[in-house]
Amino acid sequence: MFSGEATERRLGIVGAGKAGTAFARAAVAAGYDVAISGSGPSDRIELIVEVLAPGARALTTDEVVAYAGVIVLAIPMHRFRQLRRDLFAGKILVDAMNYWDEIDGVDGPFATAPAGTSMLVQEWFPSARVVKSLNHLGYFKFEKSRRPRGTPGRIGMAAAGNDRSAVAAVLELIDILGFDAVDAGNLESGLALQPGGPIFGAGHSAKELSSLLSREAALLPAN
Amino acid sequence: MSNAQDIEFGLDSFVPISVDASGRELSGDVVIRNTVEEAVLADAVGVDSFNIAEHYRKEMMDSAASIILATVAGRTKRIRLGTAVTVLSTQDPVRVYTEFATLDAVSNGRAQLIAGRGSLIESFPLFGFDLNDYEDLFEEKLDLLVRMLRDQPVTWSGKFRSPLTNQYLSPPLPKGHLPVWVGVGGNPQSVVRAARYGLPLMLAVIGGPPIRFLPLIELYKRALDKFGKPLQRIGMHSHGLVARTDQEAADIQWPHWAHVFENAAAERGWARPTMDRFQAEVDEGSLYLGSVETVATKIAWVIRLLGLSRFDLAYATGRVPHEQKMATIELYGREVIPRVRELLSDPAEEPAPRDQSPASANARSSSV
Repeated sequence: MFSGEATERRLGIVGAGKAGTAFARAAVAAGYDVAISGSGPSDRIELIVEVLAPGARALTTDEVVAYAGVIVLAIPMHRFRQLRRDLFAGKILVDAMNYWDEIDGVDGPFATAPAGTSMLVQEWFPSARVVKSLNHLGYFKFEKSRRPRGTPGRIGMAAAGNDRSAVAAVLELIDILGFDAVDAGNLESGLALQPGGPIFGAGHSAKELSSLLSREAALLPAN
Repeated sequence: MSNAQDIEFGLDSFVPISVDASGRELSGDVVIRNTVEEAVLADAVGVDSFNIAEHYRKEMMDSAASIILATVAGRTKRIRLGTAVTVLSTQDPVRVYTEFATLDAVSNGRAQLIAGRGSLIESFPLFGFDLNDYEDLFEEKLDLLVRMLRDQPVTWSGKFRSPLTNQYLSPPLPKGHLPVWVGVGGNPQSVVRAARYGLPLMLAVIGGPPIRFLPLIELYKRALDKFGKPLQRIGMHSHGLVARTDQEAADIQWPHWAHVFENAAAERGWARPTMDRFQAEVDEGSLYLGSVETVATKIAWVIRLLGLSRFDLAYATGRVPHEQKMATIELYGREVIPRVRELLSDPAEEPAPRDQSPASANARSSSV
């Protein structure tokens, strides 16, 4: 464990399941002020947050969105379309979700999504600045692998998005959370970070990650 | 943790299609009859419970657990008979009640249930349920099931089935019969829900180090306290296989484990299986695999680590042949369980509170 610099930093997390609470723990440990929501009223997750992510505050989803400029979306993929389409207007939205047909149901658009599932997230939330990241390590590996910058063997974490200043902000978040940040390019390149790709779940270094990303990019049809 | 003699040691089966000695897949009906023999053997060698899962998949024959369990009931006297888990979300709780209350009657009080949301969702389209109701379905159905078990007649209404008014269900259950556990895979809301109903908690730990479940156990205890419920039992389900030596166990399980994960890699985009990952699961993860001493030491370690009062071994992963499953059951019942009880009764074996590794427990026991 280590702390980030002392400047005030805020992070919002939508989703208080395994992944959301793991992100909250990591962000609190890294010095962020963290607000987190589940579905429904905040008192439903108060105890969960108190025990699993002490130091984070339990709020409603609307309150979380109002609280921070960077919001991590960590709910089951099949649930995001239950959220209002203008909910994240102007916010940096870190899409940490993955599509699993055995959890999310066989969903044609998700299953095929030729440009990646984050493009569908961006379509649903047109005014959000969507960045795909934090999705490609399991929550346990994510927590276990966090290291201060400069630690030999530090793992890489990629971020993909079309809004370049949003990507820059997420790259900084990644570094503070404890990973070497890798710019994966535009949002479509996030396809390479999905389950089934060579990056998902592996825990590569930043260097390996970059070379895998360029190899994957070469395989994408030109557009 | 309960007294070592009171801990329940179970076996869990998905009734998986297995292969014969020549590697040929057996047909489903043969697999089901083999599973009955496995349960009968489990009873004979002193296993406390035999529990069947619920899936609707071509490689698993566990779509109607109560029928298999009733057959086992007729051939056994002692072993408890249950599910691991009943996917309550897509079942009618009234039907679950009538089937398992009847199982309880024919088995003379030996029926038990683990109710869960299910980690796989193939039952939703099959029975016409909407995955968007995933949470609400489980909540409502657990509520109805618990009411039928605790207080009849039942007057109840909900969103997903017709209301009940002063309804008695037959057969009636003697007080305390048909214990229901809530099965969870790590979702914190599910843990809190189990506590809210004051039901015992069953953790499915199917990979990775079990220590990551410690915070959830803390959450469960805190939630029980918050809801004013007495402390409940906590159990765990993990995969494994027992043979004469560590090497023999690995040789038997590895090709079938690899086969399961090769398929998962192809179908679901999981990482492909490697011998390193397999060995890591054996050494510090959630495979209870090896000789009697290796498996007993690891089970005793995890029972102490998490404060468990029930341990279910999902015996043999994938298409492991029936004969090798029978050998595992024999060793688990006759040797592993007594050895675990012995290890847990020995105060000299009490590990340091922050002991996180089964390997260190192993080192200690071999030095005694």
